[in-house]
Amino acid sequence: MFGYYLSLTLRGVRRNPVLTALIISAIGVGIGASMTTFAVFRAMNGDPIAYKASQLYVPQIQNWDPNIHSQNSSAQPDGLSDQLSYIDAVALMRAHAASRQTALYETRSVLTPPDPQLLPFQIGTRAGYADLFAMFDVPFAYGGPWSAADDAAHAPVAVISRALNDKIFGGGDSVGKVLRLDGQDYRVVGVLRDWKPVPRYYDLQDPFGIEPDDVFMPFTRAIDQHKLARESSNCSGGEPPASGWSGWLQSECVWLQFWVELPTAADAARYRTFLHHYAQDQQRSGRFHWAARTQLRDLRQWLSYEHVVSDEVRILVVVGFGFLLVCLVNAMGLMLARVLFRSSDTGVRRALGANRGAVFAQGVIEAAVFGAGGAILGVLLTALGLAGLRALLSREALVLARTDLPQIGMSIALAIAAAVAAGLYPAWRAARVQPALQLRVR
Amino acid sequence: MLRMSHLSKVYRTEVIETYALRDFSVHVKEGEFVAVTGPSGSGKTTFLTIAGLLEDFSSGEYWLDGVDTRGMNDRQRSRLRNEKIGFVFQSFNLIPDLNVFDNIDVPLRYRGMGGAERKRRIHAVLERVGLTSRMRHYPAQMSGGQQQRVAIARALVGEPRLLLADEPTGNLDTHMAHGVMELLEELHRGGATLVMVTHDPELAAHAQRQVHIIDGTILELSAEGAAAGQPVAIAPART
Repeated sequence: MFGYYLSLTLRGVRRNPVLTALIISAIGVGIGASMTTFAVFRAMNGDPIAYKASQLYVPQIQNWDPNIHSQNSSAQPDGLSDQLSYIDAVALMRAHAASRQTALYETRSVLTPPDPQLLPFQIGTRAGYADLFAMFDVPFAYGGPWSAADDAAHAPVAVISRALNDKIFGGGDSVGKVLRLDGQDYRVVGVLRDWKPVPRYYDLQDPFGIEPDDVFMPFTRAIDQHKLARESSNCSGGEPPASGWSGWLQSECVWLQFWVELPTAADAARYRTFLHHYAQDQQRSGRFHWAARTQLRDLRQWLSYEHVVSDEVRILVVVGFGFLLVCLVNAMGLMLARVLFRSSDTGVRRALGANRGAVFAQGVIEAAVFGAGGAILGVLLTALGLAGLRALLSREALVLARTDLPQIGMSIALAIAAAVAAGLYPAWRAARVQPALQLRVR
Repeated sequence: MLRMSHLSKVYRTEVIETYALRDFSVHVKEGEFVAVTGPSGSGKTTFLTIAGLLEDFSSGEYWLDGVDTRGMNDRQRSRLRNEKIGFVFQSFNLIPDLNVFDNIDVPLRYRGMGGAERKRRIHAVLERVGLTSRMRHYPAQMSGGQQQRVAIARALVGEPRLLLADEPTGNLDTHMAHGVMELLEELHRGGATLVMVTHDPELAAHAQRQVHIIDGTILELSAEGAAAGQPVAIAPART
């Protein structure tokens, strides 16, 4: 009977095109509004490495006087910094208390292309340790990461992005080629496949940054080259740094991201203890004049702690879905009007042998068809809404919020489910139509 | 075929009870053509809707083709209605979205009949009412008489045991009404059991037997009595 009900629905659509258009519009507009806000939320709230989310951790150490830090407007509510000083990062690297660990920072380099016709240009550069590639499951097209020995040797090696490889080497296997950065030669050891986790969880200073990391180089090498961190340094909680590069490195300024991989909960517990002992050592040595305070958060806790998804976006999603609810109430009203309009036909069907269940089933299928129409309209409106937001707003996140296949699938499923939910009451009312009364009235 | 015994239909509100039918008993035999007459508001249509299982009754018994209809649920009543009863309404009650073929198809669809059998029956019944050439037309494209013929075809296609007609010529001019009545009489001659509600004495005169209803109770006239306009029995007396 499904095919029969479907065919009856389509005939009914032809009979009441305006009413049908209104119902589909109500559903479509609600879906469009809710899915537009949800697409933004989804882009910001993505979990790009979900399978390792409980193994990747960020250690935090209170290296600033809490009394001063609490007056610092840039401080987190708990008074901890979200980056480490060079002193602490290097100490944690040397301790090697996790199965994998890396300090990271973003800097810039001037690249001189091999083609002399091209002018040098600046590129985003990420300094880190060899472990970072395995920790973050960075995919390679050619070659692989540099080695721990390269880290120790401060070796002039680099891993480059696919985009940069295409741009300066014309693509292909460029392992072994020479990359000239800041006037020095670096040997390419690996070329990445496309890799752009959203949000860029390993550096939340700019979680939705458009500019990619085009070059990765050993942290030790970058420090040797006095490469400054780009925009993410914070010295507001301690003494100003002494002059010179070594003064900067010995300062309490925080500018380094730090990640450790701890495969099991027991590993995490051990590392937490290690971290606390480290801070206590610093206190005993006279560096910290306050009680040792540390924190270790896994990736999900870290994204939440850093407020990657702003409260405004959450509110927007609630408002979007609230609007969908209002639209569905309207759609329900219109479907009820349709039931009333067609009640004499329903009475005839009942007289000819349709039981209440059959009338109800037809009502539900009608609602699902309206939902499918609403889904198509909703997907179009979502694409339009995101395009509009991208044009109007400067938030880089919106560049990443697109109507991809999962989003379209979710819109269709939501529209049909919502329309069926809205259609249940009208279908029930249709099933309660008294055939005798309807035939008399007619 | 149709037997109602001491049947009552009461509409109740908080303050008042209204009897649409009271202690109503009637028996229609297989192959009979019975006209049910009476003034407006007498209970004719209530009788018809209860006979057609479109409405429940308050007390008494109603047997249809040997089946006791008391206590049936909606699914059972709908099935019995679909299999045993064909309706012909005053205002045709064709579904405007559907063409002639699809209108006639409706009762067969709810019976769950296969496509080939449905098609065979629809073509046969359309031929019987003389509308084969109009099967792709929509109701709005047809005259009142043709629409009523389609309604009759729809009533017949399920091969029901009982045809219930409610003022079948009420919306037709004299010429069309004559054609429809001829068709109904022809069906009766072919063996159909026919109960026709009408307030038109001329139409009622076509029936073998007349049942007159006044204020929800029955007043039966014989064919002879009907011709003379005199009641021969009152059963039962109102209390």
